[in-house]
Amino acid sequence: MKSNLAEKRDYVSSTNACKACMSLGACIAFKGIEGCVPFLHGSQGCATYMRRYLISHFREPVDIASSSLGENDAVFGGGPNLKQGLVNMINKYQAKAVGIATTCLTETIGDNVPAIVREFLKEAKVEGADGKMPALIQASTPSYAATHMEGFHAAVKATVAQLAKPVARHGGVNILPGFVSPADIRYLLEVAKDFGLSATLLPDYSRPLDAPASTSYEILPSGGTPLADIKKMGGAAATLSFGWTPDSQGAGRDLQERCGVCLHSLGLPIGLRRSDAMFEALETVSKRPVPARHADERGRLLDAMVDGHKYLSGQRAVVYGEQDMVIGLASFLAEVGVQPVLCVSGGRSAGFRENIEKVTEGLVREPVMAEAGVDFYRIAELSRELKPDFMVGNSKGYVVARELDIPLVRVGFPIHDRFGGPRLHHLGYRGAQELYDRVVNALIEKKQNDSSVGYGYI
Amino acid sequence: MSRLIFEERKDQFFETGGDKPFRISCDKQSLAGAVSQRACVFCGSRVVLYPIADALHLIHGPIGCASYTWDIRGALSSGPELHRYSFSTDLGETDVIFGGEGKLTRALDELIPRHHPKAAFVYSTCIVGLIGDDLQAVCNKASERHGIPVIPVMSEGFKGNKRAGYYAACNAMFQLVGTGDTRDIPPMSVNLLGDFNLAGEIWIIREYLERMGITVVANVTGDGRVADLRRAHGAALNLVQCSGSTMELAKMMQETYGTPFLRVSYLGADDMAQALYDVADFFKSQSAMEKAQELVREELAKIYPRLKELRKDLEGKRAALYVGGAFKAFSLIKAFRLLGMKVMLAGSQTGTQEDYEELAAICEPGTVIVDDANPLELMTYLIEKDVDVFVGGVKERPIAYKLGIGFCDHNHERKLALEGFVGMLNFAEEIHATAMSPVWRFTPRRALPELEEAAA
Ligand code: SF4
Ligand code: SF4
Repeated sequence: MKSNLAEKRDYVSSTNACKACMSLGACIAFKGIEGCVPFLHGSQGCATYMRRYLISHFREPVDIASSSLGENDAVFGGGPNLKQGLVNMINKYQAKAVGIATTCLTETIGDNVPAIVREFLKEAKVEGADGKMPALIQASTPSYAATHMEGFHAAVKATVAQLAKPVARHGGVNILPGFVSPADIRYLLEVAKDFGLSATLLPDYSRPLDAPASTSYEILPSGGTPLADIKKMGGAAATLSFGWTPDSQGAGRDLQERCGVCLHSLGLPIGLRRSDAMFEALETVSKRPVPARHADERGRLLDAMVDGHKYLSGQRAVVYGEQDMVIGLASFLAEVGVQPVLCVSGGRSAGFRENIEKVTEGLVREPVMAEAGVDFYRIAELSRELKPDFMVGNSKGYVVARELDIPLVRVGFPIHDRFGGPRLHHLGYRGAQELYDRVVNALIEKKQNDSSVGYGYI
Repeated sequence: MSRLIFEERKDQFFETGGDKPFRISCDKQSLAGAVSQRACVFCGSRVVLYPIADALHLIHGPIGCASYTWDIRGALSSGPELHRYSFSTDLGETDVIFGGEGKLTRALDELIPRHHPKAAFVYSTCIVGLIGDDLQAVCNKASERHGIPVIPVMSEGFKGNKRAGYYAACNAMFQLVGTGDTRDIPPMSVNLLGDFNLAGEIWIIREYLERMGITVVANVTGDGRVADLRRAHGAALNLVQCSGSTMELAKMMQETYGTPFLRVSYLGADDMAQALYDVADFFKSQSAMEKAQELVREELAKIYPRLKELRKDLEGKRAALYVGGAFKAFSLIKAFRLLGMKVMLAGSQTGTQEDYEELAAICEPGTVIVDDANPLELMTYLIEKDVDVFVGGVKERPIAYKLGIGFCDHNHERKLALEGFVGMLNFAEEIHATAMSPVWRFTPRRALPELEEAAA
């Protein structure tokens, strides 16, 4: 049926991208480190655009400094600007850490950031917090190479590689969740605590990017993974690392290789089975059984899955977004009886199709079409043919959902046409429960609105 | 609280009312390491050209520059909506190494037949400036192949600030002007420059002008069309709003075609009425003037009773504004005055020395004037001046909210028409809605004194 559809049409141009740039992902990760200010080495415009983009989702102040290169710097190299910018920023913000991410511009002119930073550390007289030089973390994030997702992981990996040293074993556990919501991060920390584990979750932007109201605008938002804890990650008993893409496992693998920390590569714990896998790993690491309230949450989720199964049975969904998120969602949808007809991502990391196949195996009636490296032009084109009943993804797919007149269940990032994106749960039994309720309600609402009867009970 | 101002930026601030002569330094490159609110050259070009709805807007560069500008503005179109797509050449590593000309050519060959645009704009971004693609040559050839104008916009992000981007955009548009048939254009005719039809605003203005018997030839660029731009030189007058963005085009048209221009603003009741009178004056038309007067009377009568009600609550409240162009700031200051409010801080991203002088002149003593502010500085002044409402763009919103200050979005993303008389009322309603909300009473900064009182 989908004979000519499946044949990948390789467009030259991109129309309505299903991705953002690497440096953006790096900035998000750096926001999750205690006292850290993201610093883009490049022209001013990129930083301003990224701040606007992030603010539209998080509705929080997002300060991103820039070395603000001008025409001459592009010709003669951005080193002097980077150094001067660091001095200015550190003095003003009293930063404890600076997350330096490159941009296309500085990667293309070939600035050697590690070398510039080494020089800077030798020459500079700056005072960050407590009169000390902040930790300077550098990540290479040329956006022409990959997407915001790979940029996020590059920053996490750089942080671990540059700050975590082999130290004495301390029995704690590292959690590398990938790019999940602030609510998810809070949930994971709660779960770890309930298992009696002392967890270092990196990056923890649950407070910097979702802060309570306060008396003033915090120049440097509180929260974030403590630097002292990051330095001790090499002594943990284990690392739980979420995600299927190779990049998502970079930091965990580094900790394993350099410091001998046992790595549990888990995939994103979305839906029942993947959450079970996470809880099993936590049982192994903590040597404790699943705490009663989480066992109860699992039970309630199962109960809901039974109560609602007929609303979902045979419904067809299009899923798009970052690769790991899409694989996780496909796994969840398949287990609740939805047929994911199309799974797509703007990213091009290896193994996307294989993983989609694996997580849906035995649960779906038709093979799932999976494509990486697509834009919304392609997604619209495929969706028109496949005629899904609903879509699951970020706000960017609204154009397509609107054209097809089908519900869009908003998840992930960015969500800029609904309220409360940072407070959405995706992970664990709690996340699955929330997702489940939202999906069912979206379909009920559609049915109710489309019907002339005005059903009061559905 | 110590003032969090970067030493190097001291001359980009000014407080009115002292005995110092007015001096402010603008048009500087943003300071390295500061979190500037400023955007790049590309952003300036994109903002100006974006609303041309039947043109293809292809961003030549890596994906980010296109991703971040996909459908972010509320520039409406009454017909085609090609402008709402985000087209990019999505340059990859090999393109950066071997050059992007081939990919650009193929992208144009793919997109033009697919969408049948009336013209194509190709935006250059930072990377393109570095790898040295010959945009002009690629565009010329594409233009020949497809029989439509394909125009490069030289908007490499690092080659200046947003204002340079405006200039590049004007240059691009000027290549279209003068290529269309102007025979049927009546003598009392204008082009509307510098209005982007956010939330349908240009339709409000066009309706006013039509009621005065004046024909609008080209919208530049809100609800804009390529064919209109081509015949824009046939209009008798250019009305230039938001002087920063399209003034260059007005100047080019004056030089080449002798088209005179008037600076106008449609924001606030005062400036809106003035704009209509100025147009009637220009055409020396008694009938247009009478119609304008009648129109102003009618429209004011419609909004006045409600305005009076709102003003009762707002009287004496304190406002701050930080907007793109300084010209907009003038109108807003007057609009706030009409609401009985005081402006404590006025700033812009791209004002000129004269703009700031004029701004200082119309502000009350004690008003702070800033150029290219960063969040730290804005915060310092918002607290110091104890502001109730802040007018700015999306990037400023969280600063205001964290401080427990009301906010009104006056930037390109707004979905509310603020121009014309109806816009003045919308503005007042919006300010009222935010300033009078009960939530501020509970936010920590505002709640503190009350709690202390209760404790005492
Ligand atoms: S793609 Fe590159 S140049 Fe464009 S915004 Fe992202 S980092 Fe900047
Ligand atoms: S500064 Fe350059 S790379 Fe960044 S958004 Fe502007 S044009 Fe694109």
